Amino acid sequence: MDPAANVQPFPLRQLLPALLLGVLFMLAIYLVQYDQGVSQTGSLLHELMHDGRHLLGVPCH
Amino acid sequence: MVWTLVRRGLVVGAIAGLLAGVFAFVFGEPRVQDAIDIENAASAHASLAHVGDWVVSRDEQRGGLFLATALYGIAAGGLFSIAFAALRGRGSQRTDWELSTRLAGAIFVAIVVVPFLKYPPNPPAVGDPETIGERTAYYLILLVGSALAMFAAARVMWSMRSDAPPWARPLAGAGTFIVVAGGLALALPAIQEVPRDFPAPLIWEFRLSSLGTQAVLWAALGVGFGIATVRAAAAHGRAPARGERSVAAP
Repeated sequence: MDPAANVQPFPLRQLLPALLLGVLFMLAIYLVQYDQGVSQTGSLLHELMHDGRHLLGVPCH
Repeated sequence: MVWTLVRRGLVVGAIAGLLAGVFAFVFGEPRVQDAIDIENAASAHASLAHVGDWVVSRDEQRGGLFLATALYGIAAGGLFSIAFAALRGRGSQRTDWELSTRLAGAIFVAIVVVPFLKYPPNPPAVGDPETIGERTAYYLILLVGSALAMFAAARVMWSMRSDAPPWARPLAGAGTFIVVAGGLALALPAIQEVPRDFPAPLIWEFRLSSLGTQAVLWAALGVGFGIATVRAAAAHGRAPARGERSVAAP
């Protein structure tokens, strides 16, 4: 009856490249939350996102 | 189709991040400023100076808030869409709307609420810089462990017979999550670094606004992604019908 009840799952092989992209997203989260120089911007990024880090609930200094 | 979902996750995530930024700006930013004022007043003990010698001004940090929440939202939206694609058709959720909203709710509980209860966020001026590495490690261990506990709970629920009584599934799932995530939270060391004389209302309001920021983000992500997916499916469903008509026309 419900057309969505028997959705075909995506085959895992099709998902693999997306999972690799997922690593990139995690890197972006790392940049927001922890970067203190890895990105070669010194403390610029770190300080710019200071308030966001506090308010997103990440431990900070 | 997977890439359609990922693109959708990025767009919805950016919107959710900006909405969370607006919430954080209105409710959280004043508390951050209060805390920094306290810190500056205290840094007559010069060694604690925090903001004075920074390369980024306070106003730029206020703007940076939106950059941070938007970037975080985009990345969270991307990861959310990948999880959505991986789980679609594999769990017990029967519709895209159901999967999108429940997945967002489950992620929020696993990676926001549980770490919040054990290691609540602190405003500037609270926290010993010496222990930041340790605190970050415990926080991440709990976050990852709690996410795995949520996955285990979902597996338990999906493995149950469909003729089980209606309470069996939710109780088994919640029980699994509470035992595993709660056990881990209890096992990890407690951290209490709020100075004795720090105003309690400020801590309370700051933490509420931080929890609210994350709540806005995940609610917007789950609801927005659900709406976009259902609408896209509806539009997709209509298109071939139109095509068929034109083919059938003499």
